[in-house]
Amino acid sequence: MKQFLYLWPFVKLGLTDVWRHKTRSFLTMLGVVFGVGSVIAMLAVGEGASQQALDSIKRLGSDNIMVQSVKPSGEEGGSTGSQRGTLAVYGLLYEDEERIRQTVPGVLMTVPARMTRRIARLGERQLEMRVVETVPGWFEVVQRPVMAGRVLSLNDLEVRANVCVLTEHGVRRLLAAEGMIGQRIRIASGVFEVIGIVKNETGGTVRAPDSEADAYIPITTGTRLFGEASIRYSAGGMEGEKVELSQIIVKMRDTSVVEMGSKAIEAVLERFHKKSDYRIDVPLTLLREAERTKRTYNIVLGTIAGISLLVGGIGIMNIMLASVTERTKEIGIRRAIGARRSRIVVQFLINTCVLSIGGGVVGVLLGVGIPLIITYFTDMPTVVQPYSLLLAFGISVAIGILFGLYPAMRAASLDPIEALRHE
Amino acid sequence: MIVRNRDFLRPAADEVIRLENVRRHYVVGDETVKALDGVSFSIKKGSYWSIMGSSGSGKSTMLNILGCLDRPSSGTYWLNGGNVAEMDDNALSDHRLKNLGFVFQSFHLIPQLTVCENIEVPMLYIGLSQSDRKGKAEALAAKVGMEHRLRHLPSELSGGQRQRVAVARALANDPAVLLADEPTGNLDSTTSVQIMDLFQELSEQGKTVILVTHEPDIAAYAKASIVLKDGVILTATEDAK
Repeated sequence: MKQFLYLWPFVKLGLTDVWRHKTRSFLTMLGVVFGVGSVIAMLAVGEGASQQALDSIKRLGSDNIMVQSVKPSGEEGGSTGSQRGTLAVYGLLYEDEERIRQTVPGVLMTVPARMTRRIARLGERQLEMRVVETVPGWFEVVQRPVMAGRVLSLNDLEVRANVCVLTEHGVRRLLAAEGMIGQRIRIASGVFEVIGIVKNETGGTVRAPDSEADAYIPITTGTRLFGEASIRYSAGGMEGEKVELSQIIVKMRDTSVVEMGSKAIEAVLERFHKKSDYRIDVPLTLLREAERTKRTYNIVLGTIAGISLLVGGIGIMNIMLASVTERTKEIGIRRAIGARRSRIVVQFLINTCVLSIGGGVVGVLLGVGIPLIITYFTDMPTVVQPYSLLLAFGISVAIGILFGLYPAMRAASLDPIEALRHE
Repeated sequence: MIVRNRDFLRPAADEVIRLENVRRHYVVGDETVKALDGVSFSIKKGSYWSIMGSSGSGKSTMLNILGCLDRPSSGTYWLNGGNVAEMDDNALSDHRLKNLGFVFQSFHLIPQLTVCENIEVPMLYIGLSQSDRKGKAEALAAKVGMEHRLRHLPSELSGGQRQRVAVARALANDPAVLLADEPTGNLDSTTSVQIMDLFQELSEQGKTVILVTHEPDIAAYAKASIVLKDGVILTATEDAK
């Protein structure tokens, strides 16, 4: 407290000095303002993006393995061609699911799914819907909060019931203001009863397999009604694909066996698929990658921000050197009166810190404001973390001390006799 | 055999200043300038001295050494019981702070600070609390007749008023010696008389005052004088007090 009382007159002096040279101080502070502001803003944007990625990966489940069908590149292998069109046959099979369940150790359950696009109609409204044909297990593996009604049941699967679960997204597109649960809608050639509504996943850099789905129906019903081929008509012909399963989600017993499991699945599929028409995604690996990316990102951002703060600091040092020259006489007077060198150092350090902390405070406000504006205009999530405020503020204080030290030492090393003679 | 014990040079109890064969030599290029070349004298507590000399007489060097801004090249300088020649920079600073009060020709007030804050500066360095500083600064301002200008900046004051503030500041830590360097050099004759009266008053109150000047009529206010020429004492009158 006593120390503070000793310092206060110098803080006051520093503030008066800043106020006396308003323009100069303002311009000097700008460097730190932008430095600190950009540190916080960049960290907030980076954090927002990576948290979104991590969230969506986590929602995929860290003990899951996703096996997806992919269209083999190059030749359209295994096609039953005709002159007017081709039918591409590729991808995962029910057999694959069976084999994985039987042979890969540590598998808890497997969930097959087929993603298709079908025309849906309700009254006069008509639109192309993204339909996920799957089993009830889907809702256990990929968690979706139920908003109304219920999800698919084993019974639906067995009796191949004409029921569907809509996502919030699908509801908004198709149903609008109609009654929801119990509503009958037409999907392609079938009439389906809406039995439930689940929440969608929104946005995210890493997409869940059903992130854009509109509806879920039992896979058995899908097979019964639509078969396994999807045919798209285009100018002058048609193009068809036959994919038994678009996706198999393998839920493992434990996170620790995920990596081993993915290798085992790879080995199983490799043996029975001549073409590489599948892809294995492990959310856990994605998670690790995302975390690594985040770290790299933070280092890059940190370096850029560090450089801008360095520039700000040099600006402050420059001004303080000018200030020392300008106040040579004052320094001489203070030394003659009996101020030790250390007191002069402290005085100038405080002066620098007033500048850098002032800049730091404004910079923090800027750094909190920019992410809000970004989120408002671009829907990009941003997360201002408290530690980034402390970090940026701490750095600005450190800059004040670091870059203030040299001018302060120079002030203190002046010979009092010479300094007094200075005009 | 080298005599290390120099206690025989220690000043008597009533001597606030004692110089013993003080030399100050500067090396400029190949030449050695002997600004002070063996000066010895002592000043008793409460006396009023003037140090005179034309330019180049070593007067400024004398002032710097007496003011603890410079150290003698050789010889000893005792100020209020401390041997200045042996002090490091911090000790020298502390010595100035506690034992010396400077009054300069061009006042040397800090332009950004008010009258009150200027007077408080030495108290700040000695570590007085804010309330103590304020009370003492007001008392000192009253002593020099500046109590009505406490919140003014030096630029708003006349020369005479500034010098009064400077005297108040010099007295802030109740120093053993008041050292005035041409205190009336920038003042007109009327104001000069007022300032000299102030010194007179302080001297009568028992303060040791040393005037460094080249003007005989200013030096005449002092009770005793030293005249320097070419770095040595030309004449010295006895302390009349």
